[in-house]
Amino acid sequence: MIAAVLSLTLLGAALGIILGIANKFLQVEGNPVVDELIAMMPGSNCGQCGFPGCSGAATAIVDGSAPPTCCPPGGKALAVAIAAKLGLAVDLSAIADDGPKIAVIAEELCIGCCRCSKVCPTDAILGAAKQIHNVFREACTGCSSCIEKCPTEALVMRPVPVTLQHWVMPKPLAA
Amino acid sequence: MGFMNRFKHFLGDQLLGNNWGVHPDDHKRPAADAPVRVMPVPARLYLPLQQHLGGAARPTVLVGQKVSKGELLAEATGMVSAPLHAPTSGTVVAVTEVTAPHPSGLSLPAIILEADGADEWCELTACADPFALTPADIGRRVAAAGVVGLGGAAFPSAVKLGGALRAEVTTLVINGGECEPYLSCDDRLMRDAAAGIVDGIRLMLHATGARVALVGIEDNKPEAIAAMQAAAAEFAAVQVRPVPARYPMGSEKQLIQVLTGIEVPADGRPADIGVIVHNVATALAVRAAVREGKPLISRLVTVNGNCVAAPGNVEVRIGTLAEEVIAFAGGLKGDGLGLARRIMGGPMMGMQIPHWRVPVVKGSSGILALDAAEVAAAEPDPCIRCGSCVKACPMGLLPLEMSARIRNEAYGEAIDYGLKDCIACGCCAYVCPSKIPLVQYFVHAKGELAAQDRAKLRGEATKKLALQRQERLDREAREKAEAAAKRKAEREAAAAAKAAAEAAASAAPAAAATVGEGV
Ligand code: SF4
Ligand code: SF4
Ligand code: SF4
Repeated sequence: MIAAVLSLTLLGAALGIILGIANKFLQVEGNPVVDELIAMMPGSNCGQCGFPGCSGAATAIVDGSAPPTCCPPGGKALAVAIAAKLGLAVDLSAIADDGPKIAVIAEELCIGCCRCSKVCPTDAILGAAKQIHNVFREACTGCSSCIEKCPTEALVMRPVPVTLQHWVMPKPLAA
Repeated sequence: MGFMNRFKHFLGDQLLGNNWGVHPDDHKRPAADAPVRVMPVPARLYLPLQQHLGGAARPTVLVGQKVSKGELLAEATGMVSAPLHAPTSGTVVAVTEVTAPHPSGLSLPAIILEADGADEWCELTACADPFALTPADIGRRVAAAGVVGLGGAAFPSAVKLGGALRAEVTTLVINGGECEPYLSCDDRLMRDAAAGIVDGIRLMLHATGARVALVGIEDNKPEAIAAMQAAAAEFAAVQVRPVPARYPMGSEKQLIQVLTGIEVPADGRPADIGVIVHNVATALAVRAAVREGKPLISRLVTVNGNCVAAPGNVEVRIGTLAEEVIAFAGGLKGDGLGLARRIMGGPMMGMQIPHWRVPVVKGSSGILALDAAEVAAAEPDPCIRCGSCVKACPMGLLPLEMSARIRNEAYGEAIDYGLKDCIACGCCAYVCPSKIPLVQYFVHAKGELAAQDRAKLRGEATKKLALQRQERLDREAREKAEAAAKRKAEREAAAAAKAAAEAAASAAPAAAATVGEGV
């Protein structure tokens, strides 16, 4: 009886230690570069890149199956930053960066179906069933996930109006 | 880079002491010698809610409301802001948007006031002995009067005075440099109202606790120097100091260096070395605010340029359209034929404006109509690396290197070369033989960097929002599951109870029967 208890205890302890060591040394690490990229990306998981969320896109960019320009909300700035991080050449002409845009709801068309507010990755759309919905300018990231969902085409993407606070003096034409 | 830095320092040290800056043809006379003309109140005044650095003022009047001259139209918001007052009596006809005095041609929210012609003051609270007030009280009166820096930057004066008091500054530098070509409104003010300016300076000394005021006036204004010296003669604390005429002498750091001999550190503010700088016109506005309780509702504007028929200084109400000021001053030569550029402010650091229907704001020192000969808008040639820009830069920077980096959008490298120290004075572009628009590069780059910073902040906010949404979804799912579990438990409990009740019910008649049988 004692021999059986002892041998089982020892066996259990030994196996536990081996497992612990294995966990320590054979751990499957998250790729640190991917993590860094995820930190740089918008993080709204809007899916416009065609991957399930920002982490999917980051993985694809690192293993080369997607270009650094694949994130539309990130725009030129993100593409340049990613390319610099990975040492890639980047073809910026692929990005149509015609300035930031945000979603706007035409109030007379909205029937209050709530489909748009359900998909918004930043909870930027406010409204209740059968009530007119509205978009919070400050929270909308311009990912356009909501546009397709609207049954009455009340949602459109509009360029963010330029204000005096946001205006940037144009770069002089090169000599 | 290291070598370049040493090169820069070598040149910088050499030059900061003796020959930075440029000597543009000052074009100040004959406008400076013509007596000031006071413009009558126009039919309508256009008053942008943001005429100062900081938060825009918030309207306190309604459309259709009648206001007296000097009545509050919009109140200050936040720590750095300034209120706005009615420049004349009349009716508020709209709160809308007007073109800003800004090169973008964008508009600003504004109040439109229709004058009733009576020009009647509201009740003012004068103060007979302002030197009996505490510094904080002076600050409050200056803040309530909406006084901002009238030299062009339009920083709320009360904020600056309060900051100086806290920082315990020792020296008040009064900027009478007016180094920008074409402008002469400060010159005119010093000639005509020297006693008032000196009184205002003494009030500022009282408000800041500074011991001495050094009034720097460029030596190309002998009349102003004489007038100010006479007015300041009996006050030992106010010293008038002629300084050499050289652009940008009126820039804070340069003027402080010349007057006190102390250099403001590159990333520091004048208060760090115990100095603050105010403009002469601001001193006069402070006096009016403290002694008479009068808000800032008018200012002196220089109308000048080759296209102007009768150059001179005009006293106008804030909110008057540039168009009307020019018409009052005598109009444009040949109805504006040959006009190449419209500028509000000075030619070096002022704002190019898209048309004349732009209102005069608190910081507008000039309205300039320049012809092609004055603008010199030649096609830029490639840089010949002559180094003229390096010699001219008052901040000891390397404009040629910075602009080359910015051309390639390497903004980070431009910062390494000192982009953030650039005061956009325009000396480099002025001297460049290749006519490279250097300042435009620097203003562009600063705007671009600010936009990048904003984007970064926004990105962080987005992440937080997405995270909060995920938490919300998780919480909702959890609550749903809990509710479902609860309902299930209740259903089961109910079913069990029912079953028990049924069992009891079916047992009861049997028992009753038994009992009956027993009877
Ligand atoms: S999807 Fe369209 S109709 Fe439905 S709530 Fe949103 S905006 Fe309104
Ligand atoms: S604009 Fe900037 S770089 Fe050019 S001279 Fe002035 S401070 Fe120097
Ligand atoms: S002054 Fe003009 S041409 Fe000369 S070095 Fe500077 S940028 Fe080049």
